[in-house]
Amino acid sequence: MEILVCVKRAPDTSENEIQLAAAGGDIERDDLVYSVNEPDNYAVEEALQIVARTGGSVTVATVGGEEDEEVLRREMAMGANRGVLISDDGFTGSDGRGTAAILKSFVETGRYDLILTGVQAEDGCAQVGGMLAAMLDYPFASLVTSIEVLQNGKLKIAREIEGGSKEINHIDLPCVLSIQTGINEPRYVGMRGIRQIASVPIPTLGASDLGMDGGAAGRAAAKVRRVDYFTPPEGKGAKILTGSREEIVDQVMELLKAEGGLN
Amino acid sequence: MSRIFAYILHKGGVADDSAAELAAAARKIDRAQPCTAVVTGWGADLDKVCESLRGAYPEIWKIAAGPLAYPNAELVRQALLAVIPAGSVVLVPHSHFGVDLSPGLSIKMNAAYVPDVVDVEGAEGSWLKTVRQEFGGQVSAHVHCDISAGAVLNIRPGAFRAEGDAPAEGRVVDKSAQVGAPTARRQYVETIAAEAGDVDITREQALVSIGRGIGEEENIAIAEDLAEALGAVVSCSRPVVDAKWMDKSRQVGSSGCTVRPKVYMACGISGSFQHLAGIKGNPFIVAVNKNPKAPIFRVANVGIVDDILEFMPALAKRVRKESVPAKTKGAAHD
Ligand SMILES: Cc1cc2nc3c(=O)[nH]c(=O)nc-3n(C[C@H](O)[C@H](O)[C@H](O)COP(=O)(O)OP(=O)(O)OC[C@H]3O[C@@H](n4cnc5c(N)ncnc54)[C@H](O)[C@@H]3O)c2cc1C
Repeated sequence: MEILVCVKRAPDTSENEIQLAAAGGDIERDDLVYSVNEPDNYAVEEALQIVARTGGSVTVATVGGEEDEEVLRREMAMGANRGVLISDDGFTGSDGRGTAAILKSFVETGRYDLILTGVQAEDGCAQVGGMLAAMLDYPFASLVTSIEVLQNGKLKIAREIEGGSKEINHIDLPCVLSIQTGINEPRYVGMRGIRQIASVPIPTLGASDLGMDGGAAGRAAAKVRRVDYFTPPEGKGAKILTGSREEIVDQVMELLKAEGGLN
Repeated sequence: MSRIFAYILHKGGVADDSAAELAAAARKIDRAQPCTAVVTGWGADLDKVCESLRGAYPEIWKIAAGPLAYPNAELVRQALLAVIPAGSVVLVPHSHFGVDLSPGLSIKMNAAYVPDVVDVEGAEGSWLKTVRQEFGGQVSAHVHCDISAGAVLNIRPGAFRAEGDAPAEGRVVDKSAQVGAPTARRQYVETIAAEAGDVDITREQALVSIGRGIGEEENIAIAEDLAEALGAVVSCSRPVVDAKWMDKSRQVGSSGCTVRPKVYMACGISGSFQHLAGIKGNPFIVAVNKNPKAPIFRVANVGIVDDILEFMPALAKRVRKESVPAKTKGAAHD
């Protein structure tokens, strides 16, 4: 099976506290630690496991700039056979639809049986996979938690639904699936693995390589624009306990007694 | 302004809570524009749902077809494309179903798509001003969306308050003939219910809930020790289950359990909306997080800015100090 996994570089939220920049409008980006969008690792791992069972190869692709090459290398160190950087000045400012249009053009330059994405990135949009499928006119399933390759050009997949239940589906190939976290245990990538991949050339494809006309992506085509970031409203807000740890523990103790938290 | 439609989720003949919330969101988008409910399904359940919406929507479009008995997003998309006029605004709950349906629907409608909308702040020309959250709710964002060719907006469950001002008795319009029998390349086979675990966290009065902040599998013992001291049980957020450190049956949230404790201690949990969706019954929430800006502090009753790996043992020690003399006293009576 020829599998394409679409990945993205994103600020690592477990490493960063996201702050608004003093100038307003954007988040403070100077000290952000970036890495591959964590859910994408589950998609790459799943692709590698399928290929180990059925044969074929795994390609990872990202739409971005030079700085995004590192995430391709990381996923190649996991075992992906090929990385492709899709980059063009004209792509800047694309919305989800624009990114999906770029990926569609890329998909059409090759032959993939299966296309995977992570469940969502730091923006929580969870949109590019479903859009890409619709543009390619492939079937799509989101939040996939298991994949079994059937003999008849179909997959048997489980989708997560409310309350931890699963919905079992059969889906025709080729298709696009968004992979939910927890589907597998992504393999560890050490510094050594990354170093081994460091000199492997990664091709960069631009709009003309993909045969894309101007109108499909980029800022002008975007129907959706993030105008600025701002501090979320406080809500009712917690009473923040103050004092030494011992004093706070005493306060919590009294509160727990009052609220029925001691059983 | 474009026509507004709301896609109604339902189960067992009952409309989802989101049905009234979408009506509220529609009013916030354009108060002057009546919003039409669209309900797909089959049989008596479908009729029951349509009937139940007459207080909330002036018009309810019913689409009945055998294949729509289960809400397969690919089939529902075809049904919606057959009835909804080009250029419309379609509201869908940002649920497990909504993320399946809406991105593709927006492409096929050639419309804009904004996922997980938490608020709407009016319009400027053909640009609708929506509010979203990013980075797990750590920051909000103004997101503007050109609706001149229509839009699909996924609305976060619970973000819009259902209002009381019920319109006149809505009428149900049968649109099934326009749809026919849709077909899909993704076939629904069956639903497998979540497996029960060793403890049922949905019945516990006090939960010590741990999140990614627990850091390592070994540290779970620290939470278990605190829970034991309190007579509570350990539950968790999704990343702890994804890492296979705890059983799925311990997960609180939209894709896990819905809990109704008296006291909920959220330790190293940021407070994503998917997690909060699983906490019901208005418990007393104590949040412990090292980040003073963590979204959990917006919904907790009390907050403690501290390292959970230090705080949990300190609290456990304090609880034990208190209860040991109490127990000795009890023993003396025996
Ligand atoms: C379709 C879908 C369904 C989902 N369903 C669920 C669900 O049912 N339940 C669920 O929980 N999530 C669910 N999620 C995931 C959800 O979006 C969040 O990613 C998740 O809830 C985050 O978990 P967390 O708060 O533990 O981790 P994070 O968001 O990473 O937060 C960790 C927190 O711990 C704090 N911290 C770190 N170290 C320490 C320390 N030593 N001491 C104190 N604080 C510390 C950090 O400041 C941070 O606030 C779902 C996601 C999707 C897309």
